Amino acid sequence: MILFDLAKRNIRLHWLRSLLAVVGIIIGVTAISSMGMLGNSLVLSISDSLTSVGDTIVVSPHISAAPGTIGGGGSSLKITERQVEEIRRAAGANTVVPIHTGAERITVGNEAKTAALYAMDPADVPVLLEKESGIYLRYGTGAMVGKKLAEENDLKVGESLGIGSGEERVRIVGLLKERGIGFDLNPDYAIIVPDTWFTSRYGERDYDQVIIKVRKLEDIDGVKAAIEDKLNRREQVVNVLDTRKVLKTIVDAFNQISTFTTAIGGISLVVAGISILNVMLMSVTERTKEIGIIRSLGAKRGEVMRIFLFEALILGLMGSAIGGVLSLAGGYLALNVMLQSSKYLFAATTLVYILYGVAFGIGVSLLSGIYPAWKAAMMSPIEALRFE
Amino acid sequence: MTETHPIIRLDDVTKTYPMPAGDVRALDHLSLDIMPAEFIAIMGPSGSGKSTLLNLIGCLDVPSTGDIQISGLSMKALSDDELTSLRRDHLGFVFQQFNLIPLLTIVENVEFPLILARRTSGTRERCHEVLGAVGLTPDLYSHRPAELSGGQQQRAAIARALVNDPKILLCDEPTGNLDSKTGDTIMGLLADLNRKGKTILVVTHDPRIAGYAGRTIRMVDGRVA
Repeated sequence: MILFDLAKRNIRLHWLRSLLAVVGIIIGVTAISSMGMLGNSLVLSISDSLTSVGDTIVVSPHISAAPGTIGGGGSSLKITERQVEEIRRAAGANTVVPIHTGAERITVGNEAKTAALYAMDPADVPVLLEKESGIYLRYGTGAMVGKKLAEENDLKVGESLGIGSGEERVRIVGLLKERGIGFDLNPDYAIIVPDTWFTSRYGERDYDQVIIKVRKLEDIDGVKAAIEDKLNRREQVVNVLDTRKVLKTIVDAFNQISTFTTAIGGISLVVAGISILNVMLMSVTERTKEIGIIRSLGAKRGEVMRIFLFEALILGLMGSAIGGVLSLAGGYLALNVMLQSSKYLFAATTLVYILYGVAFGIGVSLLSGIYPAWKAAMMSPIEALRFE
Repeated sequence: MTETHPIIRLDDVTKTYPMPAGDVRALDHLSLDIMPAEFIAIMGPSGSGKSTLLNLIGCLDVPSTGDIQISGLSMKALSDDELTSLRRDHLGFVFQQFNLIPLLTIVENVEFPLILARRTSGTRERCHEVLGAVGLTPDLYSHRPAELSGGQQQRAAIARALVNDPKILLCDEPTGNLDSKTGDTIMGLLADLNRKGKTILVVTHDPRIAGYAGRTIRMVDGRVA
């Protein structure tokens, strides 16, 4: 393929400026791919940490905008047992889990710490949380401990820890699996205890939040509306949070960030394209005489155009291939710096950004080659032959 | 058997170039017939239109008015791509500056028109054949043009012009960059090709070169004097 050879040899002849153009494409492709990979990993990591997949409604007391409002528990910071009953009616067959929440001082050995405390009906624990070892909570006493809290304090099933100022000793019956950040519970640094134990110890009967797990995702809007209708008809008493919507909003926001960062990478690719355009225009001017000779030998305009498009293609292919390989390193680096983990690097949706980057790199190079190639093809053979 | 139709016919050809100071008429109502296997020298002072004439016959440019026929094909009726094909298949160029492509070796330079003509088999053999015919030794074939002497480069250029076996060779001052001894051998080569049936047009300033030609066309102000 002599036309291809001509392009290749010209690149080799002007290796320095070709190299610089290739470096531009490498940077562009690496930037666009790494940014895309980072954005995608961010989205994956966020979706993973927000474990409540979207089948959850969280009801919490509404904090009134007007402080000091007095009235039948309307603006209190608790959800009463009567309100829980109304929520149960609104939720129908779906599981309703009322929860007491708080933070409490705990003692591990001689050390005092603070941990989040969740109290709920032991029967509801398996609905919301997964155990890693030991057993699930039973009625009476005992506690389950979140994974991170257990790890950091070296807590094991069968040991006991002190809860509260009275340092009442409670036995650890089970450890929970790591769950990440949730809209409902954040159990990784928490202790889960039975609600009866909580009520007898703190004398608190009202709840801090109610979690409803729907069986079918389609039920979510209906249940949400029913709760709003029963509790918030006259004034806003509770906030009803639909995790699916929140999840979507957050993932959407991260997708936008991802698109934005990728677009910034795209700018560097455009700059690289301009540098290819520049190199190619130089090449066309320098080779004007050669274009004239080739035309006089019987090369058609299309064939002249192909020589220069090959040149742009070679530059683009080299830059994109190297850029694609470097993107893996770039992505790895970006993920480790931004997410402190590279576990999403090899996800298919992340790796596909390398393909996008490479495709964009080749596309931009070819696009940059079109005008110089066209200019070369449209030259008058006589003018070109006269060029010195 | 002799062909009676001209291989090149110019019919009332005018070529004007638009210039800021007004149009310049390089060829002025020129009519000319050239028969197959003629050896023609085109002479005349600078600006007389001899290069324009060669470019028009070479299908590198088109007449402003009038028509040119090459091997019976009328230029007027042809598109740019068709003119290019005509040039590729019927015409060979030899330039004063040799005009070999610097990035290609000698044999690749000669092979180039074959590839443009979509010849796929036996191209190297054909190149060796024509390179041998112009008197270049095989040790030079893989060299780049810059590594050869002027005479050797012009031989390679003639080989390249011959490789597609055109009927017509157009030579623009083919000995202008060569010493007189080398110039004579190149002209001897052209004369030999003419004896084998090629139609040859040589543009030259040198009356000695014109001596090789069977007919001399003298140009003055875009007309045949």
